[in-house]
Amino acid sequence: MPRLSVEQLRERFAQDLPGVIVTAVPLQVSQPPAHGPQPGPLVMQDLLVDPRQVVAAARYVRDTLGYTFLSDIAVVDYLVDGLFELVYRFYHVTGGPPLVLKTRVPRDQPELPALTPIWPGANFHEREAFDLYGIVFIGHPFLRRIYLWDEFEGFPMRKDFLKQGDKYLGADE
Amino acid sequence: MLKTEELQINIGPQHPSTHGVFRMLVTVDGETIIDLKPVFGYLHRNHEQIAEQNSYLQNMPYTDRLDYFNSMANNHAYALAVERLAGIEVPERAEYIRVLMVELTRILNHAGALGFLINDMGMWQTQLAFGMREREKILDLFESVSGARLMCNYFRFGGVARDLPADFLPRLRDLLRAMPSFVDELERLLRENEILLQRSEGIGILPRDLALAYSVTGPVLRGSGVAYDVRKAEPYSIYDRFDFDVPVGTVGDVYDRFLVRVEEMRQSRRIIEQILEQLPDATGGHINPKARQNVRPPVGDAYARIESPKGELGFYLVSDGSGRPYRYKVRAPSFINLTPLGDMCRGYKVADVVVILGSIDIVMGEVDR
Repeated sequence: MPRLSVEQLRERFAQDLPGVIVTAVPLQVSQPPAHGPQPGPLVMQDLLVDPRQVVAAARYVRDTLGYTFLSDIAVVDYLVDGLFELVYRFYHVTGGPPLVLKTRVPRDQPELPALTPIWPGANFHEREAFDLYGIVFIGHPFLRRIYLWDEFEGFPMRKDFLKQGDKYLGADE
Repeated sequence: MLKTEELQINIGPQHPSTHGVFRMLVTVDGETIIDLKPVFGYLHRNHEQIAEQNSYLQNMPYTDRLDYFNSMANNHAYALAVERLAGIEVPERAEYIRVLMVELTRILNHAGALGFLINDMGMWQTQLAFGMREREKILDLFESVSGARLMCNYFRFGGVARDLPADFLPRLRDLLRAMPSFVDELERLLRENEILLQRSEGIGILPRDLALAYSVTGPVLRGSGVAYDVRKAEPYSIYDRFDFDVPVGTVGDVYDRFLVRVEEMRQSRRIIEQILEQLPDATGGHINPKARQNVRPPVGDAYARIESPKGELGFYLVSDGSGRPYRYKVRAPSFINLTPLGDMCRGYKVADVVVILGSIDIVMGEVDR
């Protein structure tokens, strides 16, 4: 049962795939409040991957490290920092804790290669991320909205998406 | 030579066998499926964004609505994620009560799901009524602990909402005594009934390596022969204290998935019996008295997953230090288990599609979110 710590993983990656892991900058997350206690920055321990290299990293994780089970792809919108963070979660089929890879794409050009061609289980995760966040997965075979109808405008999970109530408030004023 | 033509038809969204508003865009050549695309989103309410506007505790009853068959399991996964994020400890007795509730949920889910599956195979209503009868008994127990039958909203951060009522354990023992005969009956029904065998054996085969590549979880993955159960693979709560087996199939067809569920009901009963033995010695109360319910977790992220009756249910939470989650993501098992549906149905007949879909056991509240 392989249980690689984050440091061991970092070493393995540096050895076999140099340049894939980039250093993570702490995130601001929310605007600092005018009064009251200041929440600290969000410091991530997990490995941060260069978005252009995400397929190579996933292939390495699956074929060399043996984490054959892609469980989850989550997107987080860090509006203040101007980026989307994608969280990939891999598991080993014999058990143990997950291997987490994160990657960051800029909000104004959210594009990265798709995992679906090499990993069919990523299909619905990536379509969901496209539907709700507008992340474009290059090379995805069927990148269409999965929940919302095709004519829907905007990406509702983005932090700057106007909610219906906000929209009507704006029209009245 | 007859000239054949491919035809596209829609099964659903209003169809009694699609288990909710779910549509399958099917390309057929005569009776044979050439291609199938699942289409959903009819129940989409942007659960995740609504949850980002609520406080952490307000989301607890909202998780009930994800997989409305298994509200206790959803509560457990969410409570685990928040506790991991905020660093809340859970007393031993509360852990036992939690596991007890989730295992009861597994029994009631499988009783219902297998009833529906047999319903889809054409044995109308009889077995479904039997499954629902068993489910009702467990729902009565849930009502006595939480006040609600389906939307239990029973878990709290650091424990559960209230302790077990005085008559709960005797009633539970009565239920456990009556359970084996029901499960045996269910298994015999499939193993000995020629029609059900023909409808399930060799139908909807999902090979082992494909099941892994498609990230399916739960009984679908185990039916394909992968002994992956989160309760064993990454034990959470107190699952490392119990002795139970993980049933697996061999071929990965509808028959295997059926038998895996039957066996899981027996294993859940085993776990509950061990809980009944160990519960009197458990320390602590039903909730950690120091745990605040209006949590404001420190800045950070956390992920927790459980083996829900339908598969791996995970919650990914990011906190910005305020009382509301900055990001709340649900990894819904029914949603991901639908990914290989097209591959599972290709080459089979139209009538098999309903059976294959029934054997995946989806619930639209969780697929669409």
